[in-house]
Amino acid sequence: MSLFISLFTISLNAILVENFILVKFYGICPFMGVSKKADTALGMGGAVIFVMAIASAATWAVNTYLLLPFDLVYMQTVVFILVIAALVQLVEMFLQKVVPALYQALGVYLPLITTNCAVLGVALLNIQNGYSFIESLVFGATGGIGFTLAIVLFSSVRERMEDCDCPKAFKGFPIALIAAGLLALAFMGFSGFKVFT
Amino acid sequence: MNFKKQLRNGILTNNPVSGQLLGLCSTMAITTTLFNGIGMGLSVTIILICSNVVISMLRKVIPDKIRIAAYIVVIAGFVTMVDLLLQAYLPALSENLGVFIPLIVVNCIILGRAESYASKNGVFASAVDGLMQGVGYTVVLVIMCIVRELLGSGTFGAGVLGADGVRILSEQYPAMLMILPFGGFLTLGCLIAFTQWFNQRLADKEASA
Repeated sequence: MSLFISLFTISLNAILVENFILVKFYGICPFMGVSKKADTALGMGGAVIFVMAIASAATWAVNTYLLLPFDLVYMQTVVFILVIAALVQLVEMFLQKVVPALYQALGVYLPLITTNCAVLGVALLNIQNGYSFIESLVFGATGGIGFTLAIVLFSSVRERMEDCDCPKAFKGFPIALIAAGLLALAFMGFSGFKVFT
Repeated sequence: MNFKKQLRNGILTNNPVSGQLLGLCSTMAITTTLFNGIGMGLSVTIILICSNVVISMLRKVIPDKIRIAAYIVVIAGFVTMVDLLLQAYLPALSENLGVFIPLIVVNCIILGRAESYASKNGVFASAVDGLMQGVGYTVVLVIMCIVRELLGSGTFGAGVLGADGVRILSEQYPAMLMILPFGGFLTLGCLIAFTQWFNQRLADKEASA
């Protein structure tokens, strides 16, 4: 039961209270880049959930069974980014063979995930927070869900914003940033929200 | 080589953050005090110069197909060095920046410069480019820090000028909001709007002249 409670707390935290994009600022680049249309945003979100969950599991295993016993923790950053890059490549090849429809839908976003800070960030945070294997896996997946939630919400806002009138200098990117700020403000409503503590 | 032009490019017209819109995560996340901003800016500048130099030296050796992976390994090596050095000599900064130091690896500015500049130009030119882009990044960070710190906590230079900095606004006025994520989005949005306006004006001027 206590495991269930801890997993529930982690999930709630990752999705709402400490949303990866709007509160923690991980993965702003794809958030701004891929949020022009709601359906591509959803595709990107799906890919990120998938990669973040697998990357959390893989980096946790690498850290526990390879880096810690051999005293190589200082190599963490280098090893993690290589693991993530290899993983993204593998996922890409796997999807291409097995689920070509999904592969087509994700297209160019899949390789871009390598340089998404959210993925490396979640791997590093798992270690920093001392999570167990299951906790890391859940934190990775729910972090991805938080990312998807934010990007889908924001893409809908952005679709509406296309026709709106705003000062010329603010056209395009700057006004989108400010809209994202308002979204972040809304998510701040969840801060201090605690269950089972 | 044209130093002045490269400097102007780095700081204004082709600024990595407000012009090319790269490296936004760290720009918004850590700019709450001047100390963090300067520390982060200098770290990125050093890593950018080193990785640009090494990648430019290796540009004829690295096979085209695995070049991105090779660049990432070079960058990750330098990031690890800076991370360990900060932990040893500036533990306060290392604690403030936290996970954003290792996250410099995936900062698009560095990979972007490696791909678009260092892989095509000589060693010295790449070093200068790294320096100028790094300075541009630092300038943006410092501006954001000053604005957010002044409005958010009412001080100037916390961490640099004494632990709490110099108090400018009285304690009851500051808008906490500017220190929170919303302030990051708002400040950066205004800054980018200003750059767009400035570049547009510059282009109009050149067109009419």
